[in-house]
Amino acid sequence: MKAAIGWLWRGSVLGLIAFTVFGPLANLVLWAVAIQWYFPYKLPLTYGFKYWGDVFKPTSDALASLGTSVLIAVITVVVCLLLAVPAGYALSRRRLPGRGVILLILLLPQAFPSVAVYLNIARLFYRVGLNGTITGVVLVHAAHGLVIAVWIAAAAFAAVDAELELAARNIGASALRTALTVTLPLAAPGLIAAAIFVFLESLDEFTGTYFVGVPDVTTLPLMMFNASIGGNYQIAAVTALILLAPSIAFMLLIERFLSTETLARIA
Amino acid sequence: MDDRRPVFLLLVAPAVAMVLALFAYPVLYSLVSAFTASDGRASLENFAKTFELYGTDIVFTLVIITVSSVLIGLFAAAIGGYLVLGAHPVAVVFLKWLYRWPLFVPFIVAAQCMRTFLAKNGMLNNTLDALGVVDVGTLSGLLDWRGIIVTFVWKETPFVALLVGGAMAALDRAGIEAARNLGASGLRILAEIIMPQVAGAMTVALVLAFVTMLSVLSVPIMISGGTPTMITVDMAFRVNSYSDYGVANALGFISYLIAGSVGWAYVRRNVAGEVAR
Repeated sequence: MKAAIGWLWRGSVLGLIAFTVFGPLANLVLWAVAIQWYFPYKLPLTYGFKYWGDVFKPTSDALASLGTSVLIAVITVVVCLLLAVPAGYALSRRRLPGRGVILLILLLPQAFPSVAVYLNIARLFYRVGLNGTITGVVLVHAAHGLVIAVWIAAAAFAAVDAELELAARNIGASALRTALTVTLPLAAPGLIAAAIFVFLESLDEFTGTYFVGVPDVTTLPLMMFNASIGGNYQIAAVTALILLAPSIAFMLLIERFLSTETLARIA
Repeated sequence: MDDRRPVFLLLVAPAVAMVLALFAYPVLYSLVSAFTASDGRASLENFAKTFELYGTDIVFTLVIITVSSVLIGLFAAAIGGYLVLGAHPVAVVFLKWLYRWPLFVPFIVAAQCMRTFLAKNGMLNNTLDALGVVDVGTLSGLLDWRGIIVTFVWKETPFVALLVGGAMAALDRAGIEAARNLGASGLRILAEIIMPQVAGAMTVALVLAFVTMLSVLSVPIMISGGTPTMITVDMAFRVNSYSDYGVANALGFISYLIAGSVGWAYVRRNVAGEVAR
């Protein structure tokens, strides 16, 4: 009897949490497959994939902004890795001079509210003609992604066993060759995680693009925002699901790429 | 390899330059702008105007973020605590699988979810109505300050719970087992043995969540467009509608101060920890 009451109690709490976690997502999915839905009906009146067709037809704004988003995200990943891999490698060496100051500089952006930063970047970019350009948006996304990319890269390099590098040096490999053929491949899973992370951050980024991208660069989050503010909940919901899919896939994959040790070091 | 050689600094230089150009410079620029009057002299004119126009919103922002942070901290402690102390493996595994989902939902998607979920005719009200708890006709929905708090708590609790739960899982079990053998209740073990040991992780996680909430523009715009609203929305409005960078940057400076008051704890802890290693 006592056990039954215990499970009743646990079941209700877990059920409540499940409703809280999945309720908002379920509501989104419903909107994505609803054709007609208005007050006071609790569920859509007609269902279908009409709005999916609208989103995915070749001339749609949504498809164009998805293309823009992916293009920006890919360039952002390349820029971020080019900067973060050498920086992370150097920072994983404990005796680097000025390491504390460098870490402070690289950490500060995370502890700063970003809206004021973005609106001033937009003002500066406007003067040099970078506003409303892909380059401008990539720079903003890369600066944002860089902080986390450097941290993940540094953690990945620090997790590489120093004995292996030493062994390579002992049998005559140069410092550069050791870095490229021993350290880099061993740190690769962490670097892949960093790349995926930067990609997703760029894909989902809203605030910076909102200030710097206008009026010519419309990414998928901006297009979703406009649809939602315009009251077009079906288009907003379909677009939101497109944004959600890669993030959920990443969540399911993350434990494969990042070892517990690397995760702990980042934390 | 001698890693004290200056060549290693060259490897860091491009990343540091990027952060200086696209973070430090705009921040300095915003500070100058905040303290410059329309005629170009240094003055507090922008701040006088800011407090007159947006004083309420500043308080509103502080209240929303503080209440959200407290709730996030409590829920994260409860989740982490149950994962460590929970007696039923099935329930623990299920909770572990369940609580992380919102972590990877982008803010803008979370805002869109909540915009429909919390609306007058949203799933929350409809479910409560179907259960006979309330009558939808008499409800107004939660799309105001309450909706902003719900969205923030929904989105940020998993993040804090992940960090705090990780710290809890790494604790030495001996102390917990000893307390349990002496007859302490789960709640007491959580409050008196576990929480003091993970206070550092909790601080860092809450500071990051706090600053994130102070930086999000989409949630307040999409959940509650009307007044009072959060200062992030006011900054965007000031720039987009009036090109008034003075007041926008004064609000920005206030947001730096709010973040700075909690952020120093995070930076000090992290850098001190890294240097000490």
